[in-house]
Amino acid sequence: MAILLASSTPPVPSTFSGGAEAIALVVLLTEFAMFRAPLSRSQIRLYGFQSLAVSALAILVAATQHVPELYALAGLSFILKVLLVPGIMLRLLKDAQIDLAASNRLGVASMVLLAIAASVFGFFVVGRLPVHAHVLPAPALGLAAAEILVAFLLVILRADVVSQAVGFFSLENGVSVASLVVASGLPLILEVAFLFDLLVAVVVFGVLIRVHHGRTRTLSTDTLDRLRG
Amino acid sequence: MGWDLLVLTVVPFVVSITCWWAPVTLGRLLSLASGVLSFALALLLVPAKTTTAAAGWLRVDALSVVFLVAVTFLYAATTIFSIGYVRPGGASEANARYNRRFFAGLNLFAWSMAMAPMVNGLALLWVAIEVTTVVSALLVAIDDTDGAAEAAWKYVLIASMGLGIALLGTVIMYYAGTSVFGTGYELFYPKLLGAAGRFPAGVVRLSFVLAVLGYGTKMGLVPVHTWLPDAHSEAPTPVSALLSGSLLAVSFYAILRFYQISVRAIGPTFPRDVLLAFGIASLGLAALYLASQRDLKRLFAYSSVEHMGVLAIGMSFSAPIAVVGVLLHVLAHAAAKGTAFFGAGSMVSKFGTKEMTRLRGGVGGLPWSGPMLVLAVLGLCALPPFGIFRSEFLIVSGGLRDPHDAVAAVLIVLVTLATLGLTWFSSQTLLTPTPDGVLRKETSGWIVCSMVIGLGALALLGVHPPAQLSDLLTRAAHELRGVS
Repeated sequence: MAILLASSTPPVPSTFSGGAEAIALVVLLTEFAMFRAPLSRSQIRLYGFQSLAVSALAILVAATQHVPELYALAGLSFILKVLLVPGIMLRLLKDAQIDLAASNRLGVASMVLLAIAASVFGFFVVGRLPVHAHVLPAPALGLAAAEILVAFLLVILRADVVSQAVGFFSLENGVSVASLVVASGLPLILEVAFLFDLLVAVVVFGVLIRVHHGRTRTLSTDTLDRLRG
Repeated sequence: MGWDLLVLTVVPFVVSITCWWAPVTLGRLLSLASGVLSFALALLLVPAKTTTAAAGWLRVDALSVVFLVAVTFLYAATTIFSIGYVRPGGASEANARYNRRFFAGLNLFAWSMAMAPMVNGLALLWVAIEVTTVVSALLVAIDDTDGAAEAAWKYVLIASMGLGIALLGTVIMYYAGTSVFGTGYELFYPKLLGAAGRFPAGVVRLSFVLAVLGYGTKMGLVPVHTWLPDAHSEAPTPVSALLSGSLLAVSFYAILRFYQISVRAIGPTFPRDVLLAFGIASLGLAALYLASQRDLKRLFAYSSVEHMGVLAIGMSFSAPIAVVGVLLHVLAHAAAKGTAFFGAGSMVSKFGTKEMTRLRGGVGGLPWSGPMLVLAVLGLCALPPFGIFRSEFLIVSGGLRDPHDAVAAVLIVLVTLATLGLTWFSSQTLLTPTPDGVLRKETSGWIVCSMVIGLGALALLGVHPPAQLSDLLTRAAHELRGVS
């Protein structure tokens, strides 16, 4: 009887896997909220919130998997992705003096449906992949994959440079979730190098957004269609 | 020998910073000296087996040296070309500012590309390649035209998304290693290669596909190549030469490092099949697009997609001679494409346009660089006696020994198709009568000098590659295939 009960009862999720899955879900839902966000400013704030969730995941992994270096990573990630990057992007919008309504290539409902389809695809494909381990919460990795695919959709379906840049930053958040879940022991120096790289990329995105706005007086990408063939 | 790795790590970076502040003439001369010194140091590494420095964070083996030679050769040649192409501009402050920014960016770009084959490990490799993206995106935009701004935006966005996927591939490979090393370890090559045989096969497969897709974006593999023609055509010509001859090669190097690990973990069949699919798609699409170009630099950009396809297909062949051919192709393509872009820059300087319908009589108007551009195009078309003839000959020979020898036939057909497009449009531009009023005169001796060097290297690789270089290529091919 005891054996029967043990085999039929699903295992109770650990604090790590339960927390990681919940946070990964928050990250994905924030991505969906970006599709719904009417203004670029709100999109950037959502990115800041999403990054906050990723920093929280780093703290959770540090505490439950006993990887103290991740506390430092969580701190750096907070400073960079929650404060600096959104700050730089909001400053750019302020300088451009455009209170931009994000430009959708499709209606919000169609975009969200596409994003749901992409999420389902990413989630179940990763579920079928042979990436499994005792400590690994497989659903969290599936959610990270879904988040990366939805970030791609965000870049494709939005026709303004700010949304596209935020889409790329969100993709990086998805990779961060995957990295925390499957490679929490990645040396701190490399994690810091990745974050520094992100900072440099943000600066370059900012410079190019300024150049684009300076030339066209708009943040729309509709004018970026001269080069073809 | 570790000291030369340290010098290579420091000098171009310091020169880049110096160029930002120093007087224009000093910056130009320092850039030239840095390029030549870097190439000389890379050549010193050719006979060495493995060299390490900085507590193992820097490490070059034969495979790294092949790519380091390609990068530093083009760095040196491009600085010579740039001195002729980018005018100092006298007392104009705007021109001086452009010169400072350009040479600072050029040196930083070359530095980041040289770092990629020198760093030890997949994670640092990703960091180096990401740095190449951000620096080169700014260089693409430096001319501040509508086209340059558009090309730079598309480039930085698409390449960064691709590198996001490559980072995921790196993380997954790290995860594969945890089954052997536990949760915390460094991603150094010798460690990964030594234990790759015990990595879980499915995880390695996933990592390899993500790496090819991610780094393939930077390498210009179809269907993730869309940034490439725009960036190559709109960037200043010296940057186009470096993008095409060096940057694509460095991205290919990253794929080869994943290939090297994957072959040991899961055997050669799966990695070869993946590269074959991307290679055929790239070569096929480039062959079609080469037949419909109207912009000279865009023509050479699609030629780069074609040659990246040849590299990917070459790696799909099982014969060792094909792998040697692939590595020789990396060097020959750097020399040929550099020379071709230098020639295109000379044409653009002379006629003030890139549009081939308005470019006429290149050979008549440019007594040295015109004929040399014709030779460079013939070199790109794999005609003897140039290096690409030898490398493609080796690749096809390897392909004909492969069980799937039909792929070699497809390769020959598609390369021939690409050759037709390239030669037809180039001859329309170069071998037609010179318009009235165009003086038969070069725009700069520095440009001619850079083309002589590029063409000389291309001929040397074709006629008689130095014995030490041949030995290097053989050792690198053995490293790739897992034969000691």
